[in-house]
Amino acid sequence: MTLAIDVRGAVKAFGSRLLLDGLSSSVRRGEFVALLGVSGSGKTTLLRVLSGLEVLDQGTVAVAERRAIVFQEPRLIANLRVLENVLLGRGRSKASLEQARQLLEEVGLAGLSDAWPVTLSGGEAQRVALARALLTEPDLLLLDEPFAALDALTRIRMHELLAELWMRHRPAVLLVTHDVDEALLLADRVLVLKGGALATDVPVELPRPRARAASEFVVLRRRLLAELGVVEAS
Amino acid sequence: MSRAEPVAVRALDGLPPLDGVRSGSGLSRASRDAAPQHQAAAPRQAPGPLRLVAPARMHAAPLGKISSRDAALRTLGPLALLAAWAVGSATGLVREQTLASPWAVAAALTELVQSGTLWANLSASLLRAGAGLGIGLSVGLALGLLSGLSRLGDQLLDPVLQMLRTVPFLAVAPLLVLWFGIGEDQKVLVIALATCFPFYLNTHSGVRGVDPKVVEAGEVFGLSRWRLIRLIIVPAALPSLLVGLRQSLGVSLIALIVAEQSNAPRGIGFLMMSAQQFFQAEVLLVCILVYATWGLLGDLLVRWLERTLLPWRAARRP
Repeated sequence: MTLAIDVRGAVKAFGSRLLLDGLSSSVRRGEFVALLGVSGSGKTTLLRVLSGLEVLDQGTVAVAERRAIVFQEPRLIANLRVLENVLLGRGRSKASLEQARQLLEEVGLAGLSDAWPVTLSGGEAQRVALARALLTEPDLLLLDEPFAALDALTRIRMHELLAELWMRHRPAVLLVTHDVDEALLLADRVLVLKGGALATDVPVELPRPRARAASEFVVLRRRLLAELGVVEAS
Repeated sequence: MSRAEPVAVRALDGLPPLDGVRSGSGLSRASRDAAPQHQAAAPRQAPGPLRLVAPARMHAAPLGKISSRDAALRTLGPLALLAAWAVGSATGLVREQTLASPWAVAAALTELVQSGTLWANLSASLLRAGAGLGIGLSVGLALGLLSGLSRLGDQLLDPVLQMLRTVPFLAVAPLLVLWFGIGEDQKVLVIALATCFPFYLNTHSGVRGVDPKVVEAGEVFGLSRWRLIRLIIVPAALPSLLVGLRQSLGVSLIALIVAEQSNAPRGIGFLMMSAQQFFQAEVLLVCILVYATWGLLGDLLVRWLERTLLPWRAARRP
């Protein structure tokens, strides 16, 4: 079994606050894992550690060498056109240009390769960010609430797109999200983070594409919501 | 509620309700109680049809092309001023020694252009200002990048430069005369000194102000330090750099005027000094016009640069 992420005994404090408190977990190659947790549970900190933006105080962390990240905001470079933004992680060789064009087509933005970022809608910009991440041919794709700022309709389409892209490119994915439905629609496994440590680790063995109305989906959803402190009226 | 209402209506008949409620003197207890109830419970009067209008920006100047009427009105002021000048000169209300007439200025300008005097002096001034600006901007840019990009650079350079920038360059000019004499070096240095600080300040704050989130995105995608600077930081700081350029261009003109008024063998400033000595008011006015045009062209240059260098700013969502 090859791993894409292996975290052991991770501890990270910010001042007197423990953001990660002895967290251990791993993600297999090609696996789609969703990471849930209320605000302040340590999700973003873990993701920043995994992407190399923060260093652990204690514990070890190992990640696939080729990894890419999509943030909550697209973080496109305003002075670079769409195609150049996609090419950010790679040189301008003929092969990568070709690949970038193809990826833009996959995310449905073939016609916008010469557009400036300010002219894009939120969904379009986030699709550019996805294409930019995928161009690095990552073995691990880190997604930090990438759809949180999008409207509900765009989000549904982005879920489909992400599932499609994952099937085609097969990176391991760690999707940080607040959205239980999103986690259950997309992930092989759902982790719940509480107080900087792992509270739950459940496999989602539902056939794809998944339907929210399926009874198992509903049961799992209720369980995870309860785990997150939300009890819905039945 | 439905019972109280007729009472209230009756009691309030002919009396403004708010007054009745506040004073309460002339009203029965029942009506006092009922009055506020009536106000609260009464259905809002059925509104008549709303007047709908086309949505438009409120209190904002209309965007887009300037109409010809607008352009005509705008030129009215300057034209009136010119006319007053001409009339004043023609009627003798304005003495020729105080303010030369428009035609005298035009004649002087033609004479200066034809004899080549204007160009000889203007080119000397342009060279001087260009050299000073070149040095000042280069130094300001280099220092600004150093202190903007590196923490150590910031710690070492910024306090000193922030301290020095508060010294008016005009106060240092005599010291430069002492050090470098009254030759060309000193004149170029005054301009360099004057233009260096505005450019430094804007470069520094522009580089410091680059969105750290975007820089982080670049780092995550493995951009080298050099590519990070070239692709992300400098373009993002460019608007500030252009503001700095605009300020430096403005201040360079002032520095030039000051520098050329002490022992310049050639230059617009020299032309002015000699015109003053010979009471040639019309030549003085020509020189002022040259300076004004110079300033205007500098501003237009920066505007043009803004349009060409920052194409992503002009783009808007359709």
